[in-house]
Amino acid sequence: MEVRVQNIRKEFSRFPALNDVSLDIRSGELIALLGPSGSGKTTLLRLIAGLESPTEGTVYFGNEDASRKTVQQRNIGFVFQHYALFRHMTVLDNVSFGLTIRPAGRRPAKAEIRKRALELLDLVQLSGLEKRYPAQLSGGQRQRVALARAMAVEPNVLLLDEPFGALDAQVRKELRRWLREIHDRTGHTTVFVTHDQDEALELADRVVVMSKGQIEQIGTPDEIYDTPNSPFVFGFIGQSNILPVRVENGQLCIEGRSIGVSALGEADGPAQLYFRPHDIELLDGPGGCIAGLVTVTRRVAGTRHVELAIDAVNSRVEIELPPEKVTSDHSRVAFRPTRWKLFRD
Amino acid sequence: MTTRTASSLWQFRQPSVIPGFGLALGVTLSWLILIILIPLSGLAWRSSALGWSTFWTLATDQRTINALRISFGTAFLAALINVVFGVILAWVLVRYRFPGKRVIDAMVDLPFALPTAVAGIALTTLYAPNGWIGSLLSPLGIKIAFTPIGIVFALVFVGLPFVVRTVQPIMEEIDKEVEEAAATLGANRFQTISRVLLPGLAPAVLTGFALAFARGVGEYGSVIFIAGNLPYVSEIAPLLIVIRLEEFNYPAATAIAAVMLVISFAMLLIINTIQAWSRRRYGYGA
Repeated sequence: MEVRVQNIRKEFSRFPALNDVSLDIRSGELIALLGPSGSGKTTLLRLIAGLESPTEGTVYFGNEDASRKTVQQRNIGFVFQHYALFRHMTVLDNVSFGLTIRPAGRRPAKAEIRKRALELLDLVQLSGLEKRYPAQLSGGQRQRVALARAMAVEPNVLLLDEPFGALDAQVRKELRRWLREIHDRTGHTTVFVTHDQDEALELADRVVVMSKGQIEQIGTPDEIYDTPNSPFVFGFIGQSNILPVRVENGQLCIEGRSIGVSALGEADGPAQLYFRPHDIELLDGPGGCIAGLVTVTRRVAGTRHVELAIDAVNSRVEIELPPEKVTSDHSRVAFRPTRWKLFRD
Repeated sequence: MTTRTASSLWQFRQPSVIPGFGLALGVTLSWLILIILIPLSGLAWRSSALGWSTFWTLATDQRTINALRISFGTAFLAALINVVFGVILAWVLVRYRFPGKRVIDAMVDLPFALPTAVAGIALTTLYAPNGWIGSLLSPLGIKIAFTPIGIVFALVFVGLPFVVRTVQPIMEEIDKEVEEAAATLGANRFQTISRVLLPGLAPAVLTGFALAFARGVGEYGSVIFIAGNLPYVSEIAPLLIVIRLEEFNYPAATAIAAVMLVISFAMLLIINTIQAWSRRRYGYGA
């Protein structure tokens, strides 16, 4: 089901947690809400769920105004960071819970509930563990039970609040891939909150980057990574370097000398140059480049990270080089960004 | 501290970085022996000296049996009542904020602190046929003081804090997310409480019940005032022991005491086993 959030504003005792946020989620989409802590991403998720009510604005499920409905009526699936399993119930009872508590008219038969719960446990690869109690499971298994429990009620939308936040890196990675598979198979409209950009970029169809109670950018992982539309998004997603430059006659200059990058159509004046460590080319020539002295080199997996001191503007940048390119400390390296973006204050 | 010889001597001892196991266990054991085991084995010794047939005659005396039945029956009933209202009281104290909450919170402990005789006298004055409440009830034919009902009232009074104080901290720990999870799955308030929250509290409630029950069985001071102490009707076992002692009938006193000891121990053991089992399953404290 498609979900529309319209001009939502949420205040917690006068402090605005969300400020005029609008978001359209298409049916069957897997969307990530990404942002640092305090950006309002969890609040937005809880508003969609109905666990919070907006100060202003509306949430639509399809064409229906869901904001007037209680959590119970919205029929959503919610997965909490710390699982929130019912620990006095077996895994099977946890998964069946949403169905067993339905009023007699809408409740499937006992055998049917059991069958559905077992199917879901099979889907989340926990067959054979249905008689266990949550305390007897590992963190990753618990979170999969929580997901099965949320999916049991055939939710309109599946909401996950930092679903892998409490798990260690290995399990996390595995669950990530697995969640994507499950999503592709079941096709639930899914929104998940994360502060882990790798998770968001790897998993989501579209990523919503949030900061300070506002949406900074909505886009596919490629759009978010390749064409960030604000300094915040550029800095928050991936590695980035910032250099103060001047635009002079459509050329980027540092200390009056062109760095060989043309910015046609940009007005003259000071600006901030943003570029990624791997979007550079090395140069030999003395002119038309950015030059710096190597301060630190680190080998990180398949690349060599080189930190350069750019004395001209008194700042540091990090660039990524192929590992066979060995640079000694204090040697001079000249480069030019191949892909960059200018932002002005 | 941990050497090879020591660990082979103490096979049950797990290697641990926390020192002082030997000392702590030694102190614990000697303390338990001194405070609990020696007096209780004295009791067992005494009653075994009676010989089985004498013991059996004394223990199955009708007055003794009635007294035991009254003691355990009223304590059980009182503990049940305390579980119901204790849980509600704890819920109110944990969940709501209201003026006077701290006062009520403090009042819960009063039965701990009050000399039980004071409670007994106060309850008797209230519920005696000429007391405030008793005088209202006696025209209706309801008698509370000087009947087993009076005993239950007294035991409810002394047992209440045990339930409240064991359930309260566990209730405070309930994760708000668990309730939210139930709500997102469609559970209404009543279903959340009855199917999610209360079953989760079961081990704590059971502990509270066991404590209140144990206290009720052993209670003496508050009961003897309100019970009326009619043999066969409202005479509790601890009182019967005192009576036998005053008659210098030590064999009878030890026999009753031994029976009480065995029943109490068995019941507490059962309750503790259930608790340990549920704790293992649900993983509380893990």
